[in-house]
Amino acid sequence: MSGPVVDAAPAASVRPRRARLSYTPYLLLLPGMAWLVVFFVVPMLSLASQSLQTGNVETGYSLTWHFQTYADALSQFWAHFTRSIIFAGSATVLTLLLAYPLAYFIAQKVGRWKNFLLVLVIAPFFTSFLIRTLAWQTILTDNGPVAGLARSTHLTDLLQWVHLTNNDSLMNSRFAVICGLTYNFLPFMILPLYANLERLDHSLIEAAGDLYATPIQTFWKVTWPLSLPGVVGGTLLTFIPAAGDFINSRLLGNTQTVMIGQVIDSEFLRVQDYSTAAALSFVLMLIIVVIVALYVRRAGTEELV
Amino acid sequence: MRWIRAHLVAITGLLVLGYLLIPNVVVIVFSFNKPNGNYNYQWQRFSLDAWTNPCGTPGICNSLGLSLRIGFIATLVSTILGTMVAFAIGRHRFRGRASTNLLIFLPMATPEVVMGSSLLTLFIAMGIAPGTVTILIAHILFCLSFVVVTVKARIASLDPRLEQAAADLFATPFQAFVRVTLPLVAPGIAAGALLAFSLSFDDYIITNFNASPSSITFPMYVWGAAQRGTPVQINVIGTVMFLAALVLVASGQLISNRRARAAA
Repeated sequence: MSGPVVDAAPAASVRPRRARLSYTPYLLLLPGMAWLVVFFVVPMLSLASQSLQTGNVETGYSLTWHFQTYADALSQFWAHFTRSIIFAGSATVLTLLLAYPLAYFIAQKVGRWKNFLLVLVIAPFFTSFLIRTLAWQTILTDNGPVAGLARSTHLTDLLQWVHLTNNDSLMNSRFAVICGLTYNFLPFMILPLYANLERLDHSLIEAAGDLYATPIQTFWKVTWPLSLPGVVGGTLLTFIPAAGDFINSRLLGNTQTVMIGQVIDSEFLRVQDYSTAAALSFVLMLIIVVIVALYVRRAGTEELV
Repeated sequence: MRWIRAHLVAITGLLVLGYLLIPNVVVIVFSFNKPNGNYNYQWQRFSLDAWTNPCGTPGICNSLGLSLRIGFIATLVSTILGTMVAFAIGRHRFRGRASTNLLIFLPMATPEVVMGSSLLTLFIAMGIAPGTVTILIAHILFCLSFVVVTVKARIASLDPRLEQAAADLFATPFQAFVRVTLPLVAPGIAAGALLAFSLSFDDYIITNFNASPSSITFPMYVWGAAQRGTPVQINVIGTVMFLAALVLVASGQLISNRRARAAA
């Protein structure tokens, strides 16, 4: 993709520049990469080590290769793992369904309003994540207009029937958590999709039309396959943070919607059982790496970033 | 019916945009509310109390100041480091490219709880007390990859012939970089910096793992407040940040439009 450019300089300056340039990339990389190694790779190793240590906060920890911590942590919190994956997965599918039309609309239909609409997509970011999630409490509150509308259209009955809510209110339910996750990570889906769809050559769609393809056929045979890199990028950027999130489940859910991030947070900071917390953290990371690897292989995209 | 079918994409798109913006509208509207009691969830009556007294609840402006300071430093450092890395990847061939790309991608693929807790175990193991410095280390870490990706995309979209033209016109490599490459990459760097600042300013999960009671950032303040009642001032600050960002982006757009017109 981004090929070498410096080599193509005029002949006279090639030789001295090449000798010097061989160090340049490493010098440019050094500070940034050092930061990533010291504060990302080393902490991951430290996390792995912590998960195999035994002890407690008062007496200190020692490395005993205690793999039992993993077995205990997993048997105790397995339900939280599966719940997190299901919630994050549902939110990812929903964001894709919502983001695709909007991204397509901005990329292909609006012309000079493009930048303005893109700003509106990014704009919510600037009001804090937490404040916006708290705003959902206001929106979904029991005696608010949204809940009233849902009750009068029997949407609440439907949600209750599929076990997304427990009673006729919308707040503090699976529905509210998935709704919040979908909302919070929507821009992460829209932006990669937009970046991809913007480069879509419109003459391909016209060509499909000329060849008597219906709009639906055109979408499935032309637009969708070409947009797959954007879909993969967007789904990863949505699924990964959603799987570890606990702000939505905490602010919009109930005790039945506790996600694994919330467990890790409280094991670390409140229970202070560092080994269990580290084991849970490590397993979450592993699950995500496996899912991402399988998914990327199936989708067949080499370049992620 | 035919009209709806013809404009289906537009209608769905605008509905989704509405879904995306409703909470912001709620935040703005409820900044003018005067709630009964501690929770600002129900509309009572119009009031400018919170707007005339934005620092009216204890601690809120201190936490805002801390978040702005941390955001500023984290943005500065991560933008400089990230831009250097992006140039190395975008403009040079070197051994270890694939592993460099992987190391940049991994932090973005790591859930925040994992990143926050792993840093905490490192700081515990090394006996470093949590506080402003550990928050800064964490923020620079998670902003870095996003800056690299943003700037790299901009570098990849540049026409390499422009630099060659500069060299043909006897510019030294340094001159070509400062007068040609850097101005062309600048919008990418600005976008990366803006992204870094918004990530840093907004982060709760990672920050919470690496903070101390004396280093309460604005998101931590909001979280704490949400447990016992939500002061209207939170909405005021949310609204101000929102409007400030819109003004910033709009003026950036104006500048680049004017430049484009001047160049044409």
